[in-house]
Amino acid sequence: MADKLLEIKDLSVEYHTDDGTVYAVNGLDLTVEKGQVLGLVGETGAGKTTMALSILRLLPERIGKITKGDIYLDGIDIVHCSEADMKLIRGNKASMIFQDPMTSLNPILTVGDQIAEVLELHNRDQSKEEIQKRVDEMLSLVGISPERKNDYPHQFSGGMKQRVVIAIALACTPELLLADEPTTALDVTIQDQVLHMMRELKEKLDSAMILITHDLGVVANNCDSVAIMYAGEIIEYGRVEDIFESENRHPYTVGLFNSIPDLTQKTKRLKPIEGLMPDPSNLPSGCTFHDRCPHCMEQCKTMKPLAVTSGTHMVRCHLFEKSGKDTVV
Amino acid sequence: MNAPLIETRNLKKYFKTPRGNLHAVDGVNLSIQRGQTLGVVGESGCGKSTLGRSILRLIEPSGGEVLYNGEDILKWDKSHMRELRKHMQLIFQDPYASLNPRMTVSEIISEPIKVCRTLTNQKDINDKVFELMETVGLAERFVNTYPHELDGGRRQRIGVARALALDPEFIVCDEPVSALDVSIQAQILNLMMDLQEARGLTYMFITHDLSVVKHISNEIAVMYLGQCVERAPSDELFNNPLHPYTKALLDAIPVPNLKHRGKERVAIHGEVTSPIDPKPGCRFAGRCPYAKPECTAENLRLEEVNEGHFVSCVLY
Amino acid sequence: MHTQYKKKSKLKSTWVRFKKNRLALFGLCMLIALILVAIFANFIVSYDTAITQVMADRLQTPNAQHIFGTDQLGRDMFARIIYGARTSLFVGLLTIIIALTFGSIIGAVAGYYGGKIDNVIMRFVDVLMAIPSMLLAISVVAALGTGLVNIVIAMSVSQIPRFARIVRSSILSIKGQEFIEAAKACGSSDARIIFKHIIPNAIGPIIVQATLAMGTMILTVSSLSFVGLGIEPPSPEWGSMLAEGKDKMRYFPHLVTIPGLAIITAVLSLNLMGDGLRDALDPRLKN
Repeated sequence: MADKLLEIKDLSVEYHTDDGTVYAVNGLDLTVEKGQVLGLVGETGAGKTTMALSILRLLPERIGKITKGDIYLDGIDIVHCSEADMKLIRGNKASMIFQDPMTSLNPILTVGDQIAEVLELHNRDQSKEEIQKRVDEMLSLVGISPERKNDYPHQFSGGMKQRVVIAIALACTPELLLADEPTTALDVTIQDQVLHMMRELKEKLDSAMILITHDLGVVANNCDSVAIMYAGEIIEYGRVEDIFESENRHPYTVGLFNSIPDLTQKTKRLKPIEGLMPDPSNLPSGCTFHDRCPHCMEQCKTMKPLAVTSGTHMVRCHLFEKSGKDTVV
Repeated sequence: MNAPLIETRNLKKYFKTPRGNLHAVDGVNLSIQRGQTLGVVGESGCGKSTLGRSILRLIEPSGGEVLYNGEDILKWDKSHMRELRKHMQLIFQDPYASLNPRMTVSEIISEPIKVCRTLTNQKDINDKVFELMETVGLAERFVNTYPHELDGGRRQRIGVARALALDPEFIVCDEPVSALDVSIQAQILNLMMDLQEARGLTYMFITHDLSVVKHISNEIAVMYLGQCVERAPSDELFNNPLHPYTKALLDAIPVPNLKHRGKERVAIHGEVTSPIDPKPGCRFAGRCPYAKPECTAENLRLEEVNEGHFVSCVLY
Repeated sequence: MHTQYKKKSKLKSTWVRFKKNRLALFGLCMLIALILVAIFANFIVSYDTAITQVMADRLQTPNAQHIFGTDQLGRDMFARIIYGARTSLFVGLLTIIIALTFGSIIGAVAGYYGGKIDNVIMRFVDVLMAIPSMLLAISVVAALGTGLVNIVIAMSVSQIPRFARIVRSSILSIKGQEFIEAAKACGSSDARIIFKHIIPNAIGPIIVQATLAMGTMILTVSSLSFVGLGIEPPSPEWGSMLAEGKDKMRYFPHLVTIPGLAIITAVLSLNLMGDGLRDALDPRLKN
């Protein structure tokens, strides 16, 4: 029985802006086991980045607030622990990789210094030589010659910058890596290289990873489990096989698969999902997907669907509630 | 055999940099038939955006010819070009940066009309704006809103409407869906295909995403470091890719299918080499798993291998 | 027939954002009060009161007849402060308008055309900027003589570089954006691009800098008057009031504190308003 590394229960996060309140995350439940790679799939506005930032308590200070719910990282109560405790966790127990490598690195520090920085913060007793040795190790691990450790970020290409970012994130061998669209800004061949490298590193270091992406192809090649996020909640969850091959999937998931041009088939027109992601400051009643759903029923408009679980597969949809599935959670 | 609407012959664009000449576009030969779509695929730095803009003379080419209906437009003067702008337009990649934040939707769409004076009566212009909005699927109520009030998909529709405002024949689409979510991408691609059918438009569709281009293109050209390395009809390219770079590109696309999981492929290593004063021969040789000494001996040209299928590679 | 849809005013949304910033609103109110006082000075108190010397009444601390007291020549301080507001605000505004106009033209040409033109223009601007503005102002006044016109010329010249640089950098950052390319793609002329596309997008930072610069101008006028190169007596001016009062500061602090407070009030209100304006015009900068 695998250990639970991360447990999120009923998380709600709001942003209080001048233009009103944005309900970015609404009652989110998620579990990640040790060593597992979870793909978090969703489109712009679903709340994926907000969730990741909440796990590390990096929400924008005066605006973002966790209003409800719990987050437990290896037993530690993230929502209520002190800032001093959080500082020990960030970069050490859990790290994050952001989407745009162009802006994630400090342009006036060498890459070696930036990797050393995170090492120094969490290993105060180590000598300078030991830290430099580790910097060299990390650079080699991500496929960059250690001779380049005194180069500046602008001297590297996009793909290599992202490797440096990954080196920084993994330097202290975190148990959990949050990767927010780590390869979206990269060319497809470089994306391939970087993801391949991340897979290898994950094996070596046995880290768990939440891989946030909108690309189902990336999920297919890299993830063990998948969670589909829509309007701030997880509407479907399961192992990769459940999400890619099951007959009983959430209509949004089906819609996502239909929107992707399939290289193996000769289809003339794509079948996009009608309409747009709802405005998070003005969410629809009942099931948040009801106004775009081809199978919308009366109850969908007023009642929030419950989570229906069948083995490893969970779906939040009224369609599956009556069909005699296992426990209604 | 009809003459193509657009043709380029040995089109070149070099940029002077302190370190030497940057060969952004280096001797590209293409042709696009009326009513068809040419997909131009490549990764960053391959010169595809520069190619699109050079054809429209938004960037002045350094050499070669661009033929529109058989005439070399590089020789035309300013006033002649102004006339031409009505026939050739551009849809931009970034739906945020390509719209003036201080202009309303209707002002943005009507701007080309006002500049080229295709309509002068304000009422006619307003009617045309509403007509265009309807064509691209933008609700009437957005006519006086500002771009920042709308989402990416709607903004891109404004870009499409603007490109159509002058009733052009040829539209260069520079990564028009790359910045959009997958489900919105599908909507915009469908829109563009519908418009092509209804109006007989000719497209040059530039993208780095091979899966998107397959759907919309009749023919596809693969670019690498300023050169076209392979050109073939759409289905043929996907079923039978010849150039090692094309194969690598296709292999690198993450397929949303569990069957390919765990399969190791011949991955290409390293990074793209510099486009500044490149050495003769194939520019992909440094990364190619099949590289031979002949590859860097002298410059290669596109050779026709099968019907309509061109490659520049010593293997063929 | 299509329904008429109203345009959402950018001005209105800017105002809504501005209103939420209480300090900025306070600054704006103070500024409006000062402006009204300056405009309607005649209705509050006569100019004669400001310049008439009544030796018998000199050096009175604030009392019922003279709210701000009197100075060493028996002139009513209240009246002098009110008319001083006129001078300060007028000079500040005029200077900025002139500097803005010339600076914008120079900066726009340099920014839009780039290359050699940009280089040459900006080198002139750099030279001007290298001279400390006070020294520049003093040398111009020393050369041309005192008087309102010369002071305005001196101060405007010292501020031209600031606006030239701001306008130039605004234009540079906007010039590279795709919507400018889009305008070129449909054949727009250079003039149309500059006036219809670039300038409306550059106005924000320019307005903010202008309000902040006005505060500096008020201080500069006061400083010039303090060293005797500013407004000629008997015209009331806050800086000269400071200069005149400083000898007797020990026993009659009101001679110095009151003009000092007036200067502070004016500059502070402009700064608060300018800050609020910047936040309101570009909400992204706030957080």
